[in-house]
Amino acid sequence: MKPFDYRRAVAPESAIADVAGNPEAAYLAGGTNLVDHMKLGIAEPRLLVDITSLPLDEVAETQDGGVSIGANVRNSDLAAHPLIRSRYPVLSQALLSGASGQLRNLATTGGNLLQRTRCVYFQDVTTPCNKRAPGSGCSALEGYSRYHAILGASDDCIAVHPSDIAVALAALDATVVVQGPSGERSMALTDLHRLPDSRPDLDTVLEHGDLITAVRLPGLPWAERSAYRKVRDRASYAFALVSVAGAVELEDDGGAPGEVPVIRQVRIALGGVAHKPWRATLAEETLRGVQATHENFRAAADAELERAAPVGDNAFKVPMVRNTMISVLHELTREYS
Amino acid sequence: MTAPLEARAMGSSIERLDGVAKVTGTAPYAWEQPVERPAYLHPVQSTIALGRVTGIDTSAAEALDGVIAVLTRHNALRLEDTSDGELAILQDDAVGFRGQFIGGVIAETPETAREAAALVTVTYDQEAHDARLSADRDDLDAPDQVNAGFPTDTVQGDPDAALAGAAVVIDRTYTTPAEHNNPMEPHTTVAQWTDNGLVLYDSTQGVHQVRRALAPVFGLPIERIHVTSPHVGGGFGSKGLPHSHVILVAMAAQLSGGRPVKLALTRQQLFSVAGYRTPTIQRVRLGADREGRLTAIVHDVVEQTSKIKEFAEQTAVPTRMMYAAENRRTTHRLARLDVPVPSWMRAPGECPGMFGPEVAMDELAEACGVDPIEVRVRNEPHIDPESGRPFANRHLVACLREGARRFGWEQRDHRPRVRLDGDWLAGTGVASSTYPARSQPGSVARIRFADGLFNVSIGAADLGTGTWTVLTQVAADALGVGVGDVRLEIGDTALPKASIAGGSTGLASWGTAIAEAGETFLTKYGTEPEDGDELEAAAPKNPAADEYAMHSFGAQFAEVKVHRFTGEIRVSRMLGVFSAGRIVNPRTARSQFLGGMTMGLGMALHEHSVMDPRFGIIVNHDFAEYHIPANADVLDMDAIWLDEVDEHAGPLGARGIGEIGIVGAAAAIANAAYHATGVRVRDLPLTPDKFL
Repeated sequence: MKPFDYRRAVAPESAIADVAGNPEAAYLAGGTNLVDHMKLGIAEPRLLVDITSLPLDEVAETQDGGVSIGANVRNSDLAAHPLIRSRYPVLSQALLSGASGQLRNLATTGGNLLQRTRCVYFQDVTTPCNKRAPGSGCSALEGYSRYHAILGASDDCIAVHPSDIAVALAALDATVVVQGPSGERSMALTDLHRLPDSRPDLDTVLEHGDLITAVRLPGLPWAERSAYRKVRDRASYAFALVSVAGAVELEDDGGAPGEVPVIRQVRIALGGVAHKPWRATLAEETLRGVQATHENFRAAADAELERAAPVGDNAFKVPMVRNTMISVLHELTREYS
Repeated sequence: MTAPLEARAMGSSIERLDGVAKVTGTAPYAWEQPVERPAYLHPVQSTIALGRVTGIDTSAAEALDGVIAVLTRHNALRLEDTSDGELAILQDDAVGFRGQFIGGVIAETPETAREAAALVTVTYDQEAHDARLSADRDDLDAPDQVNAGFPTDTVQGDPDAALAGAAVVIDRTYTTPAEHNNPMEPHTTVAQWTDNGLVLYDSTQGVHQVRRALAPVFGLPIERIHVTSPHVGGGFGSKGLPHSHVILVAMAAQLSGGRPVKLALTRQQLFSVAGYRTPTIQRVRLGADREGRLTAIVHDVVEQTSKIKEFAEQTAVPTRMMYAAENRRTTHRLARLDVPVPSWMRAPGECPGMFGPEVAMDELAEACGVDPIEVRVRNEPHIDPESGRPFANRHLVACLREGARRFGWEQRDHRPRVRLDGDWLAGTGVASSTYPARSQPGSVARIRFADGLFNVSIGAADLGTGTWTVLTQVAADALGVGVGDVRLEIGDTALPKASIAGGSTGLASWGTAIAEAGETFLTKYGTEPEDGDELEAAAPKNPAADEYAMHSFGAQFAEVKVHRFTGEIRVSRMLGVFSAGRIVNPRTARSQFLGGMTMGLGMALHEHSVMDPRFGIIVNHDFAEYHIPANADVLDMDAIWLDEVDEHAGPLGARGIGEIGIVGAAAAIANAAYHATGVRVRDLPLTPDKFL
């Protein structure tokens, strides 16, 4: 680990100025990913600007019936928040499925979105990795790819984004509020992360110095019927093999006796499959306006997975995503289908 | 021969005597040992798997503030004995596996040492390495013997003819992956050279074994190496003998100006230099009649070793004694690779070697339409099939029967994939367990009466298993006093020599020495000794060891649920029933059985060291990627034992229990997973993708 300077930020503006003006500076929030990377030699910032004292730790209702989440809200606090638990169970479940209790107590909302891939080659500085050392090659392509992408990958990188909550937020149409050297802007969560293309070193569209200050959830009453399902190699404390965030609104909830209800609205996002949280728009299109049947669920999953391109060790993810998506849709419509 | 002890303290569940110190953080592990002005070492490891180091540029590292010295082969201590290819580091420019130590930085802080180590630039002349294990290789090689001195191959009768004539044949290949010991306490050594020689605070399973292994390497008389290790946070075999990090830190301590040097391996480093369980490829063939009575057993094992040092796991050895069959063959073949050196990991031999055969027995039971317990009972041998000796205490059937009763086995519907609990397919499975009951002669205990206490000293080790507690109980009974009258000392070469904490031999070996010393002490000084009365006594050899086949046995039961859509697998219930002689402390024993079973659960579902043969490294080398069971994976688990005293196991009547808990656990879980799903997985671990 290289020596570094440490500064505690007192206001967002000065923190942004400190980082934007120094190419070797980085924000420090929970530190659950960055500090590991500093030990491993993956990240070598010379200045850490600690933003945990900034007043970005509120969870508040917004006027449109949504919720605004400060970037510094800890994962465990957010998971337990009554507004999140009651209105967006998919998000609370995603939060609780991530990491361990100790890590969730430290990790923040903004930091979670910016965590980097767990690709084993990215994390080992003695092996080639285009994300860590652009141009050095992708070791995973012909290597250990069990955890890697089946959607949207490139010849330069098949890493996946490891966040659970980003998947739930993608399903919920969340927006991310970003403050940068030239002011504030916001973007859809699904636009924050990029696909690797030929620049896998870039995880997101953020510029150096940009600071995530909040995540906003739109009002979405029917998200009360939502769920997050994470499939992993052990029962807890493991990254997803695949995950599915889903929310369903049915026509005339309940339907006529004996009739299978029709899906009015649906949101599906996938984790563990791509360089970013993967909004399953093709599956959603397939499901909108059709009956909540196993066959339709399967058709939706197949529509989304038509473009899947497994690489070697991860071919199992295609049936696993399909089955998990179907399972979640059954769960969300079970009492009616 | 030492008389059997009368059990008064033995058998009671007294709390760990070292428990308060441990939970309050005051128990000194190697890193916490107070030393003056320590310096810190961070290793430099090779980034190629085979070749030569052509240059090491240490200038940037040396220029860093706080760096005391950079250790390379150019300034490293010359070793007297370089015959152990693992320990002979920094003696030449050769690299034998990726991650091998080729240098180190000694600095004022661990952080500086780590930063400086990253600044050392190394150039190599790289050669094409070979790190791919396969059963198809044409260069597989029979070692002279396998671990613990067992013969490489055995044959009885004519197994090929018996297989050809058998009514039922099971012929399957099973694989177990490489697995790494991951004790909570990292491999840690603090080294200092003094006028008296080399002083080590080490995390080790045997202080006396460390000094005996190092003395010839450094060309020192044994008494000039002093090793202290009162508490160890887990070892599982990986701290059984010194690995190369102990050499490296001793070399570093020669360059520190006499200051002690501390080294704790990182989790990532452990995966290259601290030993691991070899991957195994096991072809198992069973021939039987239609009732499931075995006529032939063939167990052919392919596994790996490092080219720089041979370690041949004795994987097929339990097959030699487990079941009756007229015709039998066992073989071991090695692929010699440019990989880190494999070594001991909890129950070497039995642990991987009971996976293939115990799943095969389940397959045989199904093929014959016989209950899996019944098929084992039908193949119970009356004498040890290998040695022809009688078994001292073979209670496998009692373990199976008792477990069946408690687990509710009688109601089992043997058909696979017919039980659904919500979205979860449910099933149950069973497997046998065994582990040799060995004790090692030669341990010595000293008893000195002083301050109104019986001070009992022996250079034994406590890996977190309960040695502090149970040896105090043994000493109390050996002297006919209460545990409060005994003050125990262990974990130091200043204390009388003790055998290693390995092979489940610790308690029986050390306890016998204490029993012998107690008996001799009472004979010499009576029950009212005077201050300063003292003697030493050595454990005699157990004469029964030459007359009987001595093994512990057990039965492992598992209930498994597999999600019918996602393939996720959970072990909802586990029961182990063990026959291990006298249980000296039920509380610590239960912990050890459960710990072994939990590790077996991890072997079944999780543990897998993934070798990338292109690089020659284990790529998933940390706790996020190398999975062991989390709390949520361990549900309803229980361990019980038969109430017995083994009259052939020495004065304690106890056999070791450190390893048997893991043996058979993975097979029971794999058998239960088959019963749940109808999918027979023969390659560990049982990950969700295999059930889709």
